[in-house]
This record gives sequence, structure tokens and C-alpha cells, in this order.
Amino acid sequence: MKRKDLLGIQDLDRQEIIDILDTAENLQEISTRPIKKVPTLRGKTVINLFFEASTRTRTSFEIAGKRLSADVVNVTASTSSVSKGETLIDTARTLDAMAADCVVIRHGSSGAPHTIARLTKARVVNAGDGAHEHPTQALLDALTIRQRKGRLDGLKVAIIGDITHSRVARSNAHLLTKLGSHVWLCSPPTLMPVGACDLVTTNREFLHRTHSMEEALSGADVIMMLRVQFERMDESFFPSTREYFRCYGLTRSKVERAQEDAIIMHPGPMNRGVEIATDVADGPYSVILDQVSAGVAVRMAILFLMLGGQS
Amino acid sequence: MDLLVKNGRVLDPQRKLDSPADILDILIRDGKIRSIGKELTADVPQFDAGGFIVAPGFFDIHVHLREPGTEEAETIATGGAAAVAGGYVAVAAMPNTRPSNDGPSITAYIIAEARRSSPALVFPIGAISKEQKGETLAEIGEMVEAGIVAISDDGKPVMDARLFRRALEYAQLFDLPVIQHCEDLNLSKGGVMHEGAFSARLGLKGIPSSAEDTMVSRDLILAEATGGKYHVAHLSTRRAVEMVRKAKAEGAKVTAEVTPHHFTLTDAAVAEYDTNAKMNPPLRSQDDVDAVREGIADGTIDAIASDHAPHHINLKMLEFDRAPFGITGLETAVGLAFTQLQLSLPRLIEMLSLNPQRIMRVTPWGIFEGSDAHLTILDPSRRWKFDVNKSKSKSRNSPFHGWDLSGKAVATIVGGKLVYEDRK
Repeated sequence: MKRKDLLGIQDLDRQEIIDILDTAENLQEISTRPIKKVPTLRGKTVINLFFEASTRTRTSFEIAGKRLSADVVNVTASTSSVSKGETLIDTARTLDAMAADCVVIRHGSSGAPHTIARLTKARVVNAGDGAHEHPTQALLDALTIRQRKGRLDGLKVAIIGDITHSRVARSNAHLLTKLGSHVWLCSPPTLMPVGACDLVTTNREFLHRTHSMEEALSGADVIMMLRVQFERMDESFFPSTREYFRCYGLTRSKVERAQEDAIIMHPGPMNRGVEIATDVADGPYSVILDQVSAGVAVRMAILFLMLGGQS
Repeated sequence: MDLLVKNGRVLDPQRKLDSPADILDILIRDGKIRSIGKELTADVPQFDAGGFIVAPGFFDIHVHLREPGTEEAETIATGGAAAVAGGYVAVAAMPNTRPSNDGPSITAYIIAEARRSSPALVFPIGAISKEQKGETLAEIGEMVEAGIVAISDDGKPVMDARLFRRALEYAQLFDLPVIQHCEDLNLSKGGVMHEGAFSARLGLKGIPSSAEDTMVSRDLILAEATGGKYHVAHLSTRRAVEMVRKAKAEGAKVTAEVTPHHFTLTDAAVAEYDTNAKMNPPLRSQDDVDAVREGIADGTIDAIASDHAPHHINLKMLEFDRAPFGITGLETAVGLAFTQLQLSLPRLIEMLSLNPQRIMRVTPWGIFEGSDAHLTILDPSRRWKFDVNKSKSKSRNSPFHGWDLSGKAVATIVGGKLVYEDRK
């Protein structure tokens, strides 16, 4: 990978995205072997620097690194000197001084990985920054869709829920429009960011907005439900979870508006009964667990392309 | 102080000195202009202003000197040094010190410390409310006695309309301008940049234009109802400019200022999460920049003020959403005004000196006999690069580091004393 860091999908071009997805697909097989490990990244050090709680993303990066034989070290904010008041910049420089090859960072502040990337020799992978981007999530979502649908171009993808606070929505909007999917962002008017129509800078005609779930779902090939991020809400965006579920929760009857073979995705963790009904989450069209396994493959691909060599 | 300023092109639009033929000498005796004429001689130190413009000294009516309380970021001495290096003979200091300048003792301290350590004149602005809390009026009259020139709660806008009404009423007793940082704090809560395409892309919480617009709108109504003198700090939105324009046309006693960053930069400057692009009001859209430039051109906006807001580098090294708002500006304002705005020299001098003096109702200075000798000497064609590391300010938070500018103050004279000089 030519670029030093993976900070967001907005920076990537179409071919870079395809290269990552192809590499991920090739690496997927490793996870099906009885001995799920190759020596490719032996001697490389990957630091998972997580300032926000995360189980699935951190574990996914850890497994990805270990399957490629990298040494993976997990640092969480609660155990690091961050809680002693150390600045982000000092933390980054400290890790750099330990000759980490790659720092995977999750942070509650948008742009924190960019600050770290500017100051470190180590390559930086953004594992989610504030409400900005979550590039590996979008890549794993794209891989999941491509494997289920055989393509990305021409698909209708409905991304429904709390768009304002969602880095997943942003990264997916960038990625999917770059690869020719029609993305429909759907949320209550209070959870659609001002400026959302200018969210993507290329293929802008592939990005659509609506407040109508019916419009978003109608003929959709992919339904991506977003978690309502209560922890980021400091004001009243909707009256109650009951009302939210009535208006924007995905139920079996609403799914019927989509294509018959529509797949249902969720980046997790889910609020069952808020944005998605349990029977839908666990139903036959749900690919939520496929997303998780694609996540390991995509993160292996990123680490391989960044630290290993050629695709 | 005595000084003979020789051969400058003297330019004071208020005194009808606006012709390129006005190449004159200015003789300063005891800090005051004694005479203006051709080929003056005197046995005093000389300053050769040949090829330069000699203008009434510039006055920045919106700065934060941080003293008392946050001297690690700036002091009255370093802020004053930055001011004269930027071509300013005077600054008006906002009251958000620690403690706030909400009573005569802090006012007196600032004035005494400025006399002791600052090369620039310092005019304190008092708080509207005690501790800038927006609850009860500060001792405005006591502070006027001590030397304030205006009142403002600055970065803590007065949300309580009733209190702001009372402030506009009460300030009339002293003919004092009431300055508002226009921001509805409920609408802007949690916001860190302008709300628009860039905030959507960057995943940063936005400060909507409406936060400024609704406050300007409310205040203009209160100003009209009370007859108070109302000054809008750092206008940044199209609608706010339009409302001020309309109010002025209707004869309201309203004045307005703009910062160089609001006529120079847009919210695109935040793209790399540069904390030096974080200020309040935030950098707005291109349309807003166009609007403030129109407001400058047609006289809606009276003054250019820097909103010089030094912050220690430790704070600006934080994550974008945790870093404080504000940038330094004293040393770049004049250069940016020259470089960015296609204004006539008389209009530039009006916005940087004459109007600021009028807004703050200070004893006027200019190029006339008997005036205090506060002069700014300009080289409108000087090309220079701003190097933040050579700044006289204690802080380094400027987005203009490395910018090429053309037009510069090359000397500053305060009370007849040459306090800054930058010859090639």
C-alpha cells in the first residue's frame, strides 16, 4: 500500500478499495484452516490503541494480526497513562519510540488518528474516530455485500438510522458511492447532519437522502441498520425509543418493501427493539455474522498490505 | 517624546489628507503632534518615512491579553509587543481574564500594568455581568471611573434578554457601547466548527449560522427598543451582515467588526483537523466570506478587529473537539487586510483606526496639530512572510504561519515614541 496510513475511505480511490477487497478475499481461506496462522508478518508489531470501549473491532484486529503472526499489543485508555492526563500526542510519540510498525487507533474524537498519523513513523489505521470514519467497517461491509450479491455497482443500499453520529454511515457512503452503489441515507430529520448532501465528494449523484423509511427500503438490495448512539446524544433528537422503533425500526413487514433477496446488515452492537426487531436481526436475510467474519479478513488484508508487501 | 517623521505620504481621510501629493513632515513634541508641513526641521531624532504611508495609529478593538490569570498564554507586556509589531498603537482588552474584569480593581490593574509594561495603549473593556455569568450587572459605573471604554461579556454572550436589555439601558448613562459576541448558546452547544458540508464530512459537531443570526436579530430589536449603543463583535454570517445592514439603514445605533480570519478563511481550513482553524465564531462557508466582504465594501462593517486569542500550545495540541477556540491575530491582521481586501487606503485606515476610535469613543488621535502622536507607518507594497516562531506573542496558535503577505506596518509610534520598526 503506497499510502502510509488508512485514515478514511474518503481518501481512497476506487482501485485501492478493490485491491483491499480482493486481498481480503484471498486471505479469507486462512481462517478456515485447521491451523489458522501464516508467518507473513512475523516480527512486526501492531499496537491496538483503543481510547473507546470496543469488543468486536479490537478483537477482530487482534485476531487478524495474530493470524498473520504479527505481535499484537492491546492498549486501552483505562490502563494507559491517558487516564493520568497524558496528551494524545505524547501517547503516540511514546508508542512510536517503541518502534511499533502499525498503530490501530480508536478514539472518541473525530480526527484523533490524523493527529497521531502526522507525528508517528508507524503506520496508522483508523479503527473509528468520533463521528468521522470507520474505514475497516465499510470495507468489511463492502466485502460482505460483494460476496452475497456478486457486485457492488448498481445496487440500492439503504443506510437507516442515526446518521448524524455514525462513522459507519460516513465511511459506507464514501465507499459504496465510489463503487457505483446507490446509497440512500435515511433518518429522522433530527438525525440527518446538515450538509449530508455534500458528504461525498465524488459520484455525488449516487448519494440520496430521505426521511421516509418506505422510500429507502423500496426495492433495496441491502438494508444497513445503524445503532442509535444514545451515548453521543446530549439533547432530545426523538421523543422515545418506542416512537423511534415505530418510525425507524426495521420490522419484518417493512423488510417486505425491499428486494426479495435483500440482505440485512448491522455494524453492531445492536439495540434490539430500537432500530431492529429481534426476529429480523436473527432472520434468514441477516448477514450480521458474515460481517463479523469478513471483518477479520479485511483487517488481515489491511495489515498485510501495510506491513507485508505486495498484493 | 520628540520625533520628526520626515517625507512620509501622510494619509488621514478625516482631515482631508488623502492625496498622494501630501508628502509631509510631522514634528512631534512631548508626545503630541506640534506641526505638519513641508521641510520641517528640528533638533530632535528623525524617522525617515520616505516611500511609506503615515496614518493615524491603528486600534484593535478586540483582543485577549490573558492577564491577569492566564499569563502562560499572554501577558499585557507580550500582547502589547505583538500589537505594536502588527502596527497597532492601541488595543481594547476583553474582560475574560481570571478573574474577569468585572470591577474597578481589575480595570485599574490592567491599566497600571499596561502603563508599566506595554508598548501599546491598552483600553480595557469591562464585563456586562458579574463574573460574566449573565446574571446581574457588573459595577459598570465604577469601571468607567477606572477607565473602561465599553462593556461585553465576550465569549459568554448574554443569553438572558432581560439582562441584556438592562445593560443596553444602563450603559447609556455613560454613553458606553455594549459589545456582544453573538451566539445562542443552546443552538451552538457542543459545536466545534461551522455546521455545513465540512462538519458533516469530518464528523464534528456543528455550530449553525442560526446561533449567530438569532442573537443578532434579538439584540438589534433590543438595541432599537432601548436606544443603546450596540456593537456586534466578529460578524461571520451572511444573514447577520444583512440584518446589520438593514438596521443601519433604519438608523439604529449599531456598529460591527469583522476579523481577518473571517474574511480570509472558510471552514475548509478545518479539513485536516488543524486546531489553529478552530475559533468562535467558527470559520464559515464561502458564501459567508463573500457576504462579510460585501459588508466591508459597502460600509455595513465598520471595523477590522483581530480577536487575538492566544492559547498555550499544550491546549492547542489536544484533539480538535477538546482544544480551545481562538487564534492569535495582532501581527497578521494588517497584512491580511492589505492582501485579502481590495480596499482603498483611506477605507483601510478608516476600518483600522478611525472607526475603532469612534466606536470606543476614545479621545481621537490622527494627523492634526495637538493630537497625541499615535502613528502607524505602512509600506503597502512590502512582501513578507509571516513566521509564527518569530511572533512577539507568547502563543503560537496562528493558521497563517508561512503565509505570504503584501503590505505591512513597518513602524509604530505611540505617544511620539518609536516602539516598533521593521525596515528591510
